[in-house]
Amino acid sequence: MNSREVDITCDLMIIGTGMAGMAAALFAAEHNIKTVQAGQAGQLGFASGLIDVLGVHPASGGQIVDNPWQGISRLRRDQPDHPYARMETAEIKTAVRNMLTFLEKSGYPHICHAEKNMHMITPAGTIKPTYALPHTMAKGPAARAEQKPCLLVDFKGFKGFSGRQIAQSLAPSWPQLRPVRIDFPGVSGELYTERMARALEAPANRRKLVDTVLPLLGDAQIVAFPAVLGISRTLEVADDLERGLGVPVFEIPTMLPAATGLRLQEKFEYQLRAMGIHPFFQHAVCDVAGSADRGWIFTVGNEAGCRRVAARSAILCSGRFFGKGLHADRGGIRETIFDLPVVQPPGRAAWHHKDLLHPEGHPVNQAGLAVDANFRPVDTNGRETRAGLFAAGSILAHQDWMRQKCGSGLAIATAYRAVNACSDFLALG
Amino acid sequence: MQTQVLIIGAGVTGTGLARDLALRGVSCIVVEKRDINAGASGGNHGLLHSGARYIVSDPAAARECHRENRLLKSAAPHCIEQTGGIFAAVAGDDEQYAADFPGRCRQCGIPVRALDLEEARQMEPGLSRGLIAAFEVDDAAIDPFKLSLDNIAHARQQGCRLLRYSRVTGFDVTNSRIRHTKVLDELTDQTRHIEADVVVNAAGAWAGIIAGLAGAQIRMHYSKGSLLVTQSRIARRVVNRLRMPTDGDILVPGGTVSILGTSSCRVDSPDKIYPEIPEIDTIIDEGAAMIPELATTRYIRAYCGVRPLPAGNRKKDENPDDRSVSRGYELIEHDRQPEEIENLITITGGKLTTYRLMAEKTADRVCRRLGIREPCRTRSAPLPDTVDARWTEPGLAPDTWLRKSTTNDVLLCECEMVPESIVTEIVENIHAQEGRPDLRAIGLRSRIGKGPCQGTFCSQRLAAFLYDQGHLENREGIEELRAFLRERWRGQQPLLWNRSLAQAELLEAMHCGLFSIEL
Repeated sequence: MNSREVDITCDLMIIGTGMAGMAAALFAAEHNIKTVQAGQAGQLGFASGLIDVLGVHPASGGQIVDNPWQGISRLRRDQPDHPYARMETAEIKTAVRNMLTFLEKSGYPHICHAEKNMHMITPAGTIKPTYALPHTMAKGPAARAEQKPCLLVDFKGFKGFSGRQIAQSLAPSWPQLRPVRIDFPGVSGELYTERMARALEAPANRRKLVDTVLPLLGDAQIVAFPAVLGISRTLEVADDLERGLGVPVFEIPTMLPAATGLRLQEKFEYQLRAMGIHPFFQHAVCDVAGSADRGWIFTVGNEAGCRRVAARSAILCSGRFFGKGLHADRGGIRETIFDLPVVQPPGRAAWHHKDLLHPEGHPVNQAGLAVDANFRPVDTNGRETRAGLFAAGSILAHQDWMRQKCGSGLAIATAYRAVNACSDFLALG
Repeated sequence: MQTQVLIIGAGVTGTGLARDLALRGVSCIVVEKRDINAGASGGNHGLLHSGARYIVSDPAAARECHRENRLLKSAAPHCIEQTGGIFAAVAGDDEQYAADFPGRCRQCGIPVRALDLEEARQMEPGLSRGLIAAFEVDDAAIDPFKLSLDNIAHARQQGCRLLRYSRVTGFDVTNSRIRHTKVLDELTDQTRHIEADVVVNAAGAWAGIIAGLAGAQIRMHYSKGSLLVTQSRIARRVVNRLRMPTDGDILVPGGTVSILGTSSCRVDSPDKIYPEIPEIDTIIDEGAAMIPELATTRYIRAYCGVRPLPAGNRKKDENPDDRSVSRGYELIEHDRQPEEIENLITITGGKLTTYRLMAEKTADRVCRRLGIREPCRTRSAPLPDTVDARWTEPGLAPDTWLRKSTTNDVLLCECEMVPESIVTEIVENIHAQEGRPDLRAIGLRSRIGKGPCQGTFCSQRLAAFLYDQGHLENREGIEELRAFLRERWRGQQPLLWNRSLAQAELLEAMHCGLFSIEL
C-alpha cells in the first residue's frame, strides 16, 4: 500500500456516530489522540435523549432498579459476561460523569441524582426508569411524585402524542394531570418534531405559544409539553416559556425519531470538531485493508466520493442491525466491516421468542462481539482478533440494552474503557 | 335472545351462510369467538382456484372450483382481481404430470391454454430460466376479508345479527335437542342464552370442539399451512408449480403484495399455532425454484391457518346427491348420528373458492328443517360492495388519500397511507356492528400495521388517536399496544433477517427501550 494513496493519516479511526461513537470521540479528544470519526449520519436521531445506566435487573423479572450502581454490582455477579462486568463501578461512574460534564459545557445540561434512577413519563403513558434527564425534562418526575396540578399541552396534528392518553394512563398515580390541545404556533401542515423544535427557537413563536397557554393555566403549578422545546438553544427556550407562563415547564419524550436525539447530534458534531476530531459524519466505512506498516487503510465515502484514511488503531462503534454494524441473513449473523466472529444463537429458530414481550428478552439481542478486558474483540478461544482494534457500545455481546435500559450508559462506559485501552496501545507503539 | 338459526363462526362459510339464509328471509344470529375470518378464512392465499390444482387429487373438487370461480367472478367482482394464472414446471419436475395436465383439465371442464416458454416468460418475466412447461388457466386473486365483511354486511341489511368476541361455552340439550346455546361475551364477561330452531356449527377447525360441547362427535385432523407476504408484488398472475400439490408451490398477487405458500403440517390442536422457521425456509426455497427472486425479496409477514380435515364422518345411507359434491368439505346432520342431536348441523372443511356452494348446501338443509321453500339466491344475486370492507385492499387507501389530499387529514399509517378519516369511518362501522374499536379490530379492517414498519409507528399513533376520540380510557391503551404488537409479531418473528431484523430492532427500541411496555 502506497502512502500517497492515503488522504488522511491518523492514530485512531472511530467507526460509528451513535452514542458510543460520539462518546469515544469525546474521550479520544480528551486524550489528545489524533482521531478521525466516520459513520452514517443520523444514528443519534433515533436516540431518546434519556441517559440510561441500568434501569432493570434482572430483566427476566422486570425488576426496576432503584440505584443503578448497586444494580450494576448485582448484574456483575449475575451476568459475568455482560460488558459492564468488565469494568469497576468507579470507572463507569467517571465515564458517565465526564459525558454529563461535556453536555453541560455544551449548553445542554442534564440532571441526575447521584445514587438513584428517575422515573420518566413516556408518550404511551408508561413510566421508564432512567439515570439522567436533559434539563428540559428534569422537572417532570418530581412534579409527578409531589402530585402537582399540571397542565399537559399537546398539539393539533402532532400524531402519536396524545395528552389525553398520557393523563388517562397515569391517572392512578397522577390524577392532577390535565390535558389540553392547542394549535402549534408558526408551522402549518403536518407537524414533525424537528420542524416544531426549530420553530420554537424563534421568540415570536414562543410568545404565541405563551399567549395560547396562559388562559388555560387554571390551577396548574407546572406545564408539560412534548419534547420540542428547541434544538440548539433549549436553555433559552425553556427559560423564556417559564418566564412567560410564570410556572416551571418540562418536556415529555416523543416517539422516535425525536428532537432530543438531534440536540445531542448537534452538540457532538459542533463540539467534537472544535476539539480536533476529524469528522466524516456523512460517510460510511465501505472498505478496510491492512496497511503495509501497521494498522489499516479505511475507505470512507458517500455518493459524492471516497476518501482513504490510514489509522494505527480503530474503535468499532458501528451498532447493531439498525445501525448496520451487524448484518443477518437467513443463515447467520456477521459483523459488517472486519468480518469479526459474532457470538450468536445456534440458528435462526433460536433468535427470537414467539412472544414479542417474552420476559427473557430475545436471544438475538444478546448476539454481538465478545471482547476481553480491554474491549478488544476476541475469537471463540478468547484470543484477540486484530491488534489495535477495540469495540464499544451496542455491538457488544451478552447485553440487552433495550430490556435492561442501559443503552447510553453502556455506550459511554465501554467507549471510555476502549479509548483508555487504545491510548495505552498507541503509547506502546 | 331468540332466532331461527344460530350460526357459530364468522369465517367465509359462516358469513356466506348468514347471507344465504338472510336472503331467503330466515332470521339469523352469527356468534364469533374472535373477529371476522380469525381462523383459516383469514389464513390462506386469497386464491380463487381455476380448479386445475385438483385435477388429479380430487377431480370433483376441481369441477366445483371451476363452476364457483365463474359464478363469483360475476356475482362478487369487487372482491376479485382477475389476474389469470400460470402453471409452470421447471427442470427436475415430473414431466409426465406436465404432459397429462391439459388433458386432465379438459376432462374436468377447465379451460387451459398451452404456452410456449418464451411467451410464458414474456407474461411473467420472473419465471425461472429452468422453465420446461407452462399453461395458462383462469385463476384469480380474491380478498377473503372483503368477501366475509361484505357477506355479513349484506346479511345484516336483511336483519341478521353478528356478535363478535362471543364464545360458545356450552349447550343446554334436552331430549336430543339444543334448547339454548350459552355464549360468553368476552368483552363484558356476560353470558347470553340464545334460543334457536337450528344451530349451525360453522366453526371451521374448531367444529370438532363445538360439536363436543353438544355431546356430538366429529373426528377431525388439523393441517397447518403457512404463508409469506412479500413487500412488493412479484408477479402479475397467480403462478402455480406444475406438479402434484406440495409445499411452496403457489404465488398469488394481492394488490401491491404477493403471497407465497403453503406448507402442510399435522398439528394436534387448532389453537396456538405459529408459522415455524423450517416451514418458512422450505416455502422460500421451493418458491425460488419457480421464481428465483423469491430467494432474495423482502418478506414482511408470515401467517398460518389450520385446514380442518374431517376424517370421514359420513353415513352410508346418505342422499346420493350429497356424495356427488366434493370430499373437500363435510356437511353433517347430527340427527342422523348416533348421538342424535336433532337441530344441530355441522359444515366444515372445504375451500375458500367453494365457500358459497358450501353455504348453499347448508342453507338448503336448514330450510328443509324449518319448512321453508325459498330457493338459494346467492348464485345470481350480486354481492353488494359495502363500506365495511373498503379499506382492507392494499393500495386503495393511498389512492384515496392522494386524491383527497387535504392537509388536515393526518396519516396515522405512513407505510400504507391510512389517514385519520379512514380510521374514523372504520370506527363508525365497528360501532354500528355493536363492536369495540380496538387496535386489532381496526388493523383487521385496514392496512394499518401491515406495511414495512410492521406497526412500530402506526400502533402508538392509532392508540393516541383513539384516546383523543374517546374510544380508549384509563390504561386500556397500554394493553391495546401490547396485544396489537404481539399479534403483529406472530407474523414477523419467523422472517427477521436483513432489513426486517433491523426494523424489528427499531420496534423493540421504541416500544421496550423507551415506552417500557414489557414492564
